[in-house]
Amino acid sequence: MSDKIPGFSTLAIHAGAAPDPSTGARTTPIYQTTSFVFDDVDHAASLFGLQAFGNIYTRITNPTTAVLEERVAALEGGTAALAAASGHSAQLLCFHTMMQPGDNIVAANKLYGGSINQLNHSFKNFGWNVKWADPEDISTFEAAIDDRTRAIFIESLANPGGIVVDIEAISAVAKARGIPLVVDNTMATPYLCRPIEHGADIVLHSLTKFMGGHGNSMGGIIVDGGSFDWSANGNYPMLSQPRPEYQGIVLHETFGNFAFAIACRVLGLRDLGPAISPFNSFMILTGIETLPLRMQRHSDNAKKVALHLSGHDKVKWVSYAALPEDKHHALQQKYMPKGAGAVFTFGVEGGYEAGVNLVSKVELFSHLANIGDTRSLIIHPASTTHRQLSDEQKTAAGAGPDVVRLSVGLEEVDDIIADLDQALSS
Amino acid sequence: MNHDSYSDTYIKSILDEVRTIAMVGASANNVRPSYFVLKYLLSKGYEVWPVNPGQAGKEILGQKVYASLDDLPGTADMIDIFRNSDAAGQIVDQVLAGDRLPKVIWMQLTVRHEDAARQAEDAGIKVVMDRCPKIEYGRLSGEIGWAGVNSRTLSSKRPSLKSGFQHRGLSGNKAD
Repeated sequence: MSDKIPGFSTLAIHAGAAPDPSTGARTTPIYQTTSFVFDDVDHAASLFGLQAFGNIYTRITNPTTAVLEERVAALEGGTAALAAASGHSAQLLCFHTMMQPGDNIVAANKLYGGSINQLNHSFKNFGWNVKWADPEDISTFEAAIDDRTRAIFIESLANPGGIVVDIEAISAVAKARGIPLVVDNTMATPYLCRPIEHGADIVLHSLTKFMGGHGNSMGGIIVDGGSFDWSANGNYPMLSQPRPEYQGIVLHETFGNFAFAIACRVLGLRDLGPAISPFNSFMILTGIETLPLRMQRHSDNAKKVALHLSGHDKVKWVSYAALPEDKHHALQQKYMPKGAGAVFTFGVEGGYEAGVNLVSKVELFSHLANIGDTRSLIIHPASTTHRQLSDEQKTAAGAGPDVVRLSVGLEEVDDIIADLDQALSS
Repeated sequence: MNHDSYSDTYIKSILDEVRTIAMVGASANNVRPSYFVLKYLLSKGYEVWPVNPGQAGKEILGQKVYASLDDLPGTADMIDIFRNSDAAGQIVDQVLAGDRLPKVIWMQLTVRHEDAARQAEDAGIKVVMDRCPKIEYGRLSGEIGWAGVNSRTLSSKRPSLKSGFQHRGLSGNKAD
């Protein structure tokens, strides 16, 4: 191609994926192999020593997965990426590369519940602490940072509340304190929002959701923005210090502006092991080819459904940033002007019983705990994902008794609305 | 020449054009970046002459090490500078004062010297600064994508293969 930078839809189809040079296969092949043959001992030594590019073992790199990684790096405007078995394992590998025991993460308290669990419980077993801040009050981030803070973690579009976070304001806090800003961009996808352009240093995804988009494959990814100086002080020894795992190599010095992604791979994925299956990489790659079309339709459908529900007599309130009266509408217009995504919450008249009734009566919507499928999905958090919490805790978590969450799919929007109408009225 | 942003066409023309590379600051330490780059360029068929006074007369990766640019066995097509920016200025002065002008002067990642670049360009020499030839070769051949790195290239053409497994070239490259 010429030196002109291709557009988003072109990258979604082509980035990372030249034809297979041996067979001419145009779709990226599924390299369903554990291992790769060396030319000779010297070639093997070069690969193990990170001196040559190439594959050794699918737990570390795989050619199908590499296309997925380059594709997402290109879509996010990053320098490199590392895929993992799930969004949760991508978070594990990301923070493993930043944290030492006793360090802490300052995290937004409006996060996917699974992430809150990971930070609150599992990470504490590694000696990684979490300090919570409120993304609707930026000063709480500044106040929470101390000299052991090694990362700030937010979601661009917070699940499930539909909160659009002011990435640039939090990035300014991060930059002033020399701390990387890690942004989970799962709900928005790079089609709606590109956090690196707003100051994020690292972007994470659960590829399981909208990137794959069809509810068939688990995956996660870490995108390296390439902008953070890991060697400014001694706070990130995985990158700035000689590594005994590789005879004393200094990864930041050797790999420059994509060193973080390499460190997550060769120090994290290699030793912790949550590699994505090449088959899942293939499925997610296929999904990404239509990401621009799908995300626009998801957003357009969701806005129509939200508008309909906001005038419905069985609905108390609707929280969706694309609605002009929503308190996050101005931030949505700034950070994701093409749409506010597929997911939003609303409150049903009649509280807990009405919520249970609604999820029982739907016929097109699927009652399950996921988002980002072609199909429309519905869940009543108070009776499922947040069931174990007290009423006060449920309300604080945005999962009060009347709250219903939708992930609006790609069906005909009239059918989606008709299904909600019949279920609300029955 | 805009040294903040090089076109892929410009970089590829350089990697296609040169055959011999004098690497100033080549290290014998096998975890140093210069050693990585030297090994990679040799694997891609370039002739590389390491320059390092501390290693003069010894070999790095089977290549004889020279004490200075004045000792090279011929005219290098490219001078690859693995030194800091101040040293790069002195090296360019030394090159321009001699009678064996290279086609290209290349300064590694983080190395920039605007005055030296201008003087070299005035003498008809192409200049690249703050880049790595291993990364650029890996990008333009597609190899770097195997590590999940964004090559910032797209192509529907067959990648160029060299002999052996996992070994790509640049289409039309003289070093092939």
